[in-house]
Amino acid sequence: MLTIKNLHAEVDGKQILKGINLEIRKGEMHAIMGPNGSGKSSLSSVLAGRENYTVTQGEVIFEGKNLLDMSPEDRAREGLFMAFQYPVEIPGVSNLHFLKTALNEIRAYHSLPALESKEFLKLTKEKQQLVDFNANLMNRSLNEGFSGGEKKRNEVFQLAMLDPKLAILDETDSGLDIDALRIVAAGVNKLRSADKAFMVITHYQRLLEYIVPDFVHVLYNGQIVKTGTKELALELEEKGYDWLKEEVHQKESV
Amino acid sequence: MTSDKSFYEFISNGVPGPEQKVGADNAILPARKLAFSRFKELGLPTIKTEEWRYTNIQRYLKDAFTLAQEEQGTVTADQLKAASIPQLDSYRAVLVNGRLQADLSVLPSEGKITVSKLSDAAGNPQLQAWFDKHPHLQSQPFAALNAALFADGLFIEAGTNATLDKPLHIIHVYTASTNAFIQPRHLVILHKSATLEVIESAVGINDNAITFVNAVTEVVLEENAELWHYNIQNTVKNSRHIHNTSATQKADSRYHHFNFTLPSAELTRNNLSVALTGSNTETNLHGLYLATGTQHVDNHTFVDHLVPNCNSNELYKGVLLDDANGVFTGRIHVNVDAQKTNAFQQNNNLLMSEKANINSQPQLEIFADDVKCSHGFTVGRFSEEALFYLRSRGIGAEAAKSLLVNAFAFDITDQVHIPALQDFLAEKIRQYVAGAINN
Repeated sequence: MLTIKNLHAEVDGKQILKGINLEIRKGEMHAIMGPNGSGKSSLSSVLAGRENYTVTQGEVIFEGKNLLDMSPEDRAREGLFMAFQYPVEIPGVSNLHFLKTALNEIRAYHSLPALESKEFLKLTKEKQQLVDFNANLMNRSLNEGFSGGEKKRNEVFQLAMLDPKLAILDETDSGLDIDALRIVAAGVNKLRSADKAFMVITHYQRLLEYIVPDFVHVLYNGQIVKTGTKELALELEEKGYDWLKEEVHQKESV
Repeated sequence: MTSDKSFYEFISNGVPGPEQKVGADNAILPARKLAFSRFKELGLPTIKTEEWRYTNIQRYLKDAFTLAQEEQGTVTADQLKAASIPQLDSYRAVLVNGRLQADLSVLPSEGKITVSKLSDAAGNPQLQAWFDKHPHLQSQPFAALNAALFADGLFIEAGTNATLDKPLHIIHVYTASTNAFIQPRHLVILHKSATLEVIESAVGINDNAITFVNAVTEVVLEENAELWHYNIQNTVKNSRHIHNTSATQKADSRYHHFNFTLPSAELTRNNLSVALTGSNTETNLHGLYLATGTQHVDNHTFVDHLVPNCNSNELYKGVLLDDANGVFTGRIHVNVDAQKTNAFQQNNNLLMSEKANINSQPQLEIFADDVKCSHGFTVGRFSEEALFYLRSRGIGAEAAKSLLVNAFAFDITDQVHIPALQDFLAEKIRQYVAGAINN
């Protein structure tokens, strides 16, 4: 589904990603872990198309198409979704109106007619229940005055509504208390399926107790330095990142 | 016609005076003569005039103009359609170059409500009682010029308890084929407990010549009257506007004024002022300006709290693109006797380009000690993060910007009580954003 080859990117002239290689297939759950400043969020930003990042080398193929050539909106329309680490508050734009606009733009891209209001509301209700999102928040302005947990749950609700092929969760767990984390994770787990893939970016192993990954990748200094299964996450939790850093530096000096 | 002479010289000595005007034999002639000498005395403002510091009006008056209001223009059905608001169910008064055209209009037949040419109201004692009497007009040279030399305009009078089943839409059409200085003059009087909704919009048909509109609207709200007054300014680039709107509010009356300045007239100067002469009134002034290109939009507002227990609330918002220039001056005067006044004012701006500019200044003059007054001013830039957030959900750049501008304007447009007008404004915002992106 997603193939990242030798991806290099910089921001403000500073190299952030230094040769990422990653293959994600349908149905898989990939976790990207790593210490602060290792490039985790940069990777999600480059994939989603944030404009201040410049790709200097490499390619990203998503469902057979060159992802890097597409505008952020076309990436979303092709089936890529990123849950933001810091969802934006937009006063004056209602959550529902926003979702309806997004959904219908995606449908129009695929030559599908806009959803009737009735169908849209039915879908909204179904997904809202599925991911346990507070119905009272739906008519409010987008994320305005939401608590941290409510914002993250809104990201998962949007994910459910827009039904992408590949979802990137960028530190969705950061700043969540354990109850909110459980709800968010349960929502994500309900959305898992054989034809969808997930990339979960996290600093903490805690999330991976609730969302069990097929693969765990460790990002350090702009590269994936180790790949394993969920046991790797446990090892990292126990030993921290320092042993990996040392391993990398030893390799470099050899 | 001006040419090498200055505009002031041209007006003072080069054109027929008030006694030559239509309706010159009526009771308002003395007032017109007075206004003419007032204009001569005041002269034209320069950038050294405090009220005109940020608007160099001289540069907009350099061209040669004729006082062309007597000219009869012709308007086709298609042109009229372009000036209409889709789905709006309303009465319609069409003014061509400031003259009411009965054949193009659909006026209310309600006996208590008069909508006529101002010149046809010559015998009406109300005209004599109120014409050019508003205290705030006395120091304004352009208002004086209008009073002296206007040709015609609208006279609207609603009798006690009168109301209409739908809004009155006033469509101003400007057809001048050579540079013209047009001066419409309107008087709106609502008697006790009358209610009216008035929408004004303007359309320019010819962009080859400059149309300079210097309009005055006087509004009188008697006890407990209520007026919803929407003014939509969306004429062609080659037009320049000075709009003087002055209202007098008596006790318990309510005045809701909305000013929407849209692309693309090169100059818009609105002088909006309200004198509160009776207590327990409500005044809501809402403004939205969307400017693009080299548009210059200047809103001067003045709320004059003369008596106790009145409430005024003012919110002006602007979105500026390209090289557009905005000016907002909000003056609030609270008289020493005007205790228990509530007066609030807010001006928020969104600059969408590096070169766009806004000058905003509140002027609070508070002489009473038991009042609640506040003012605020903000200027912000477009949030790139918000834009990216919307686009990352599949919403195209243009639709996303449109959503954000709509959101910014929401607390103004939300106050509009006519759905067709709300839709019209949303569409105008969409076009504005689309135009901005295609530039």
